[in-house]
Amino acid sequence: MGTGAQSLTLLALLLPFLGAIVAPLLTRVLKHNAAWVLALIPLWIFIHFAGFLGTVSDGKAVGGFLDWIPSFGVRFSWYLDGLSLTFALLISGIGTLIVLYSGGYLKGHPQQGRFFSFILMFMGAMQGLVVSDSFMMLFVFWELTSITSFLLIGFDHDREAARRAALQALIVTGLGGLSLLAGLLVIWNATGLNSLSALLASGDAMRASPLYLLALVLVLGGAFTKSAQFPLHFWLPNAMQAPTPVSAYLHSATMVKAGVYLLMRMNPTLGGTTAWETILPAFGGVTLLVGTVLAIRQTDLKLMLAYTTVASLGLLVMLTGFGSERAIEAAVLYLVAHSMFKGALFMVAGLIDHETGVRDIRSLGGIGRAMPLTFAAGLLAALSMGGLPLFFGFLAKEEIYAALPTGTAWGTLLTAVAVTGNALMFAIAFMVGLRPFIGARGETPKKPHEGPPLLWIGPLVLGLSGLVAAVFSEPVHLVFSSPMSSAVAGTAVAVHASTVPHIGLPLLLSLVTIALGVTAYLVRDSLRNVVARGLTAFGWGPDMGFDQAMRGLLRLSFSVTKTVQSGRLDIYLTVTFLMVALTLLLPMFLYDELPVMPELPMLLPHEWTIVAIAVIGLGAVVYARDRLTAIVSLGIQGLAVALLFMLFGAPDLSFTQFMIETLSVVILALVMTRLRLSPSDHRDAREKAVDITIAGACGLGFGLLLLKVVENPFDDTLSKFFETHSLAIAHGRNIVNVIIVDFRGLDTLGEIAVVMIAGLAILALTRVTTPPPKSSTGKGG
Amino acid sequence: MRTLIFRTAAPTLTALMLLFSVFVLLRGHNEPGGGFIGGLIAASAFAIHGIAFGVRQVRRTLYFHPMAISGFGLFLAMLAGLISFAFGVPLLTGLWTSITIRDLTVDLSTPMLFDIGVYLVVVGSITSIALALEGREDD
Repeated sequence: MGTGAQSLTLLALLLPFLGAIVAPLLTRVLKHNAAWVLALIPLWIFIHFAGFLGTVSDGKAVGGFLDWIPSFGVRFSWYLDGLSLTFALLISGIGTLIVLYSGGYLKGHPQQGRFFSFILMFMGAMQGLVVSDSFMMLFVFWELTSITSFLLIGFDHDREAARRAALQALIVTGLGGLSLLAGLLVIWNATGLNSLSALLASGDAMRASPLYLLALVLVLGGAFTKSAQFPLHFWLPNAMQAPTPVSAYLHSATMVKAGVYLLMRMNPTLGGTTAWETILPAFGGVTLLVGTVLAIRQTDLKLMLAYTTVASLGLLVMLTGFGSERAIEAAVLYLVAHSMFKGALFMVAGLIDHETGVRDIRSLGGIGRAMPLTFAAGLLAALSMGGLPLFFGFLAKEEIYAALPTGTAWGTLLTAVAVTGNALMFAIAFMVGLRPFIGARGETPKKPHEGPPLLWIGPLVLGLSGLVAAVFSEPVHLVFSSPMSSAVAGTAVAVHASTVPHIGLPLLLSLVTIALGVTAYLVRDSLRNVVARGLTAFGWGPDMGFDQAMRGLLRLSFSVTKTVQSGRLDIYLTVTFLMVALTLLLPMFLYDELPVMPELPMLLPHEWTIVAIAVIGLGAVVYARDRLTAIVSLGIQGLAVALLFMLFGAPDLSFTQFMIETLSVVILALVMTRLRLSPSDHRDAREKAVDITIAGACGLGFGLLLLKVVENPFDDTLSKFFETHSLAIAHGRNIVNVIIVDFRGLDTLGEIAVVMIAGLAILALTRVTTPPPKSSTGKGG
Repeated sequence: MRTLIFRTAAPTLTALMLLFSVFVLLRGHNEPGGGFIGGLIAASAFAIHGIAFGVRQVRRTLYFHPMAISGFGLFLAMLAGLISFAFGVPLLTGLWTSITIRDLTVDLSTPMLFDIGVYLVVVGSITSIALALEGREDD
């Protein structure tokens, strides 16, 4: 492909982020009508990616890259095959409608600009995720979707529930992201490949690796958290705290499908094994059942939809892991169908909420006459979700029922699970898409009326597309379903499902599903009561478990902090010096590395005198009655050492030692007066004994270490180098200074920066004033 | 500490020590000395002055905040390193030149500028600490 198209793709990846920057400014000028302008961004991206459809439907992939971290072979690279292209088109296509919808939904909201900004940021992240080729890029965008999801769920940050839901989603999906990173690193390690396209071409390399199971579990950790598989599904219904456009976009149509995307992407490399074909359908199946049962219990439109989204994700995971091409075709069809009908239903739910002020199905009824367009959109989406002929959902369901019954017990079990789940979802579809619009008029806070175009364009387009895509199923299969299925299966697959029902087992199962669904719809109230009673009796759920885990974590960290950071300086010092003593002494004794005791050196009388002064100074420190005397005595010892340096030919060192000793005596004395310490020592005999032991051990350790060091012959390569070159190339005779300012100048630069930072820190510490003691009602530590 | 003898001797002592510190700094390249030691000497000089006359007096005499002096020192040291780039050599490469004023030849070099930076950082930081500790709540 040409460089022109390559840079355009790069622009398409970048554009949502640029849009996020200008969105607040634009919204300040144009108010909610900024949506019309901002929607052009995803629209252009949609058109740009649609241009690749021809190439990709021929079975070819489109890619490109920029070097990112060349030293590690990490690239910023993208890869468009049937799978990623379909996802990219869903994201930008639905994104266009969502931006418009947000314009109407949050009209007049003071933070609407910020909202546009977040949603475009998310779009960019999601777009990047599905077209990523390199592992690192995939991971970065993966985490970015978690972060933007956090921002969007917590958009109404005044409400406690929204904050909690946002944090919960971030923790769950963030942990999953780390698991994914670990999984990708394991794969990188095992195969030496760090891009998806290379991995796809590697055949059985990963399946044959001894690290396969580890990689699988870690990757599943990422996929299952993101795609809300039981028992980690609880964050998704809680995420309904977000404004409805977010629920429609992130938490049904796109982001939660990232996990499914990952599984589909990995299917050719990780799939096909017993582990894959057991874990995925098992988790998916349980999630499907749990999701639908919990959905039946809800009366809030958004929550009902949220739980069916959980169920649908379970169905997708189950199909992806089933292990036949037919099942993959079914998963692909269902994924596309779901993005359309669920996005539409969420927007319908939001519209009803927006125009009537309520979204509890028990108080809604008969608003169809007042909101005909909304009704139309809701009904179209419900028909697709229910899987009735002429709609795309029907195609998906036919494929599911064609794929699952394989004659084995496992296949029959999963078929039963799918029929039950689909029947309940059928009931929910009509409870949301039909029930509020018909029957007796309910009491609503606002008088129902049709919403503005910005609000109904989105759901109506999505609802209609479910019909159009099914009627023209052959071209749709040709450009979307078949290339995507081929990419997931790893071999060329042609999809042929059509809306014309064929007599056979799938049709029979469909009829059973519809019959069960209609029954469930009719007895919905008693069914809800049964489920609610059962759940109340059980009384515990993963959501509560999450809270318990978080509380436990907080308690643990509190107790650890309390133990490690007691706030008492003497304990910190004791621990520090104890560790110093142990690290010095233990290795010497363990590995029998004790130095040989040297003979006493022959010193001149005046040298002995200076040594004696040092020893006397030390003795005075220990025996001094008050602290000031001890500090000055310490200075005596230090000055004696400085004199020794001078006698043994290190004038620079000696010079510095003199100054350091002087200043430390001055500063210690000042600190002492400032801290208003008691002038004398208050430790009891036991504490003193411990301290003396530790101090003695430290001294012994350092002494032995120095003796050991001087046992080794002195390597004078460096000294020679400096002696020869100091004057010759650095024009200085004082080697010490030349080293400081020239040879090792960069070190010195770092050191003086540290000196300055230390000074600043001490300055800040002295400014800290103790607050006046509060009354007993004050906050505890 | 503010005895008459100390207060009489302190200004002279401070002045001499400051002079000495500059001397130590400048001769450092060939004789024992250098920026670190010079800076420590100057810092002690200010500490003595502070003990004798109070922190406020020292701050007035210094005019700049000691931390600003320290920061300027770091800036000079960095500048000494960056000058190398103008000549297309790696960071902190020593560059030498000399100017002759009549009979007097003065060697100028980036290591010297660097050493002056070290001197100022040490003076500033240590003085700042000492003054903060000497000072009471009144300043």
